[in-house]
Amino acid sequence: MKLSLGPIPYFWTREAAFDFYRRVAESPVDIVYLGETVCSKRRALRMPDWLDIGERLAAAGKEVALSTLTLIEAESEVAYMRTLTENGRFAIEANDMAAIAMLEGVAPFVVGPHINVYNSGTLALMARAGAKRWVMPTELDRDTLIALQAQRPAGMETEVFVFGRLPLSFSARCFTARAHNLSKDECGFRCADYPDGMALRTREGKTFLNLNGIQVQSGETYNLVHEVGALQALGVEVLRLTPQAQGMFEIIDAFRGVMDGRRESSAAAALIEPYLAGGSCDGYWHGAPGMDRLHP
Amino acid sequence: MELVCPAGSMTALKAAVDNGADAVYLGFRDGTNARNFPGLNFNLDETRQALVYARDRGARVFLAINTYPRPRQWDKWRAAVDQAAGLGVDALILADPGLMDYCAQTHPDLRLHLSVQGSATNREAIDFYVRHFGVRRVVLPRVLSLAQVQNVMQRVNAEVEVFGFGSLCVMVEGRCTLSSYVTGDSPNSSGVCSPARAVKWEESAAGRRSRLNGVLIDVYAPDEPAGYPTLCKGRFEVGGKVYYAMEEPTSLNVLDILPDLYRAGVAAIKVEGRQRSPAYVAQVTRTLREAIDACAAAPEQFTPARAWIEQLDKVAEGRCHTLGAYTRPWQ
Repeated sequence: MKLSLGPIPYFWTREAAFDFYRRVAESPVDIVYLGETVCSKRRALRMPDWLDIGERLAAAGKEVALSTLTLIEAESEVAYMRTLTENGRFAIEANDMAAIAMLEGVAPFVVGPHINVYNSGTLALMARAGAKRWVMPTELDRDTLIALQAQRPAGMETEVFVFGRLPLSFSARCFTARAHNLSKDECGFRCADYPDGMALRTREGKTFLNLNGIQVQSGETYNLVHEVGALQALGVEVLRLTPQAQGMFEIIDAFRGVMDGRRESSAAAALIEPYLAGGSCDGYWHGAPGMDRLHP
Repeated sequence: MELVCPAGSMTALKAAVDNGADAVYLGFRDGTNARNFPGLNFNLDETRQALVYARDRGARVFLAINTYPRPRQWDKWRAAVDQAAGLGVDALILADPGLMDYCAQTHPDLRLHLSVQGSATNREAIDFYVRHFGVRRVVLPRVLSLAQVQNVMQRVNAEVEVFGFGSLCVMVEGRCTLSSYVTGDSPNSSGVCSPARAVKWEESAAGRRSRLNGVLIDVYAPDEPAGYPTLCKGRFEVGGKVYYAMEEPTSLNVLDILPDLYRAGVAAIKVEGRQRSPAYVAQVTRTLREAIDACAAAPEQFTPARAWIEQLDKVAEGRCHTLGAYTRPWQ
């Protein structure tokens, strides 16, 4: 079983991103997804930067893929997506059907978590279009995965999101700009001030959601560290961690230890605990409300 | 430019048809459609009656099977597609690619529309559905500006339907799981957002509180009108401020840009609200019929009549309206 690092969902500075990936190159992850998936206005890193980081990671033995934007509105975003899909070096993780339309019959690709693959009919369609791997949508549960694993097309790998704030929705509106009474067009890149997003609480002070530009994330961190054995038994090939500013390399080590059988999940959970800013949840996996925590 | 109106019940369907809808859209009484609310929708026999009533009066009937079936639900969703084909509905509104694949292969002559839940916002994505399944019409998510809609229109090989009136979804449809995060049910999975079964109201001297599966969505002062606790339309605390952090309760209303949509070649204007009353359907259908006819007769001279705006605001969520993503300032 391999360990992957999903794309950075937040707007980090160029230096922060380069530093982060320098450390990733030394870390025990196998696959790294690179690129901006949330907002096309975030251009601290441009295509040549991503390719540069990709080369460094590849030289360190990592498998590299480039992830696309999730919500495509403007023609310029389509054009950038086309440039990305024609990079000729790294595979693409498609987060919009537009990318799949561009890659179909051209190059193998990864079906990202924002493509709605809910059943084997859709999974078979993705396989015919050239998908080599799919990332299960985060809303789906263990029973669905069991059924999909039983019917999955030959050669299709399965990846499951096991750690990070859940990407719950995307909008035309920027919620970070809104929090500062700014319009999206004049946002001043305020999201750069929040390397882990902005916490949204209920009026009773309960951690609830997390605002990240046009994306809304869960306030609590999805954490399936106790399910690594179950995922392995289901034949899942890749486990995905989503980057956050705090404690990422401790989290990587914790998961790696469980995957390699060097560490009990309870010990790994204790290592991860200090980095769960809003607490943890695992409801989706158990077919419950996503915010619930069923594993004690 | 067609007027496509919601029918959550036979009475609402009659209200839509009698007040000038060119087409109505409806769903079966189960989780196969994205308005799976108690007491709404149609069984097989009622769908047959709906078809007869609409067709006798020159209106068409679209059936929405626009949730995403998981493996254990697959047979039921597939059966719903077969039933819709057997009934001879004028079009099937689908979102799930697997189900569309099944439909295109099994019922190649059945007209397919891509649901707003299909989340296709650009030409390339739409092309995928046209190429694979022969989709004839696509309903655009409510996230594009007018210029972006016009741009898509010039490039796609399918009819385009846009939302013209109704409660405003601020998130891109088909990619929002806020509701299942809180309640376990989402539009994609269960055909509901912020389901009524999870809503609790609490009264106190300080006012009314609305909760969704225990999560405090809003607090209303004693004299403040309280709205349904759709979770993205609550007031929350961010950075020390309490406000509508995602979206105010408000309705979308495109009257101001109707001529632009008309000139761009939009095939149909869709009204949201299968969960709303027949009185709402009648009012909105009558007003939009009048507006669309006036627009088609003289698009250059078109200005929204004050009476239309007042009539629509009366039935609007939050009793006010916005152009939503169609105008940049809202974004």
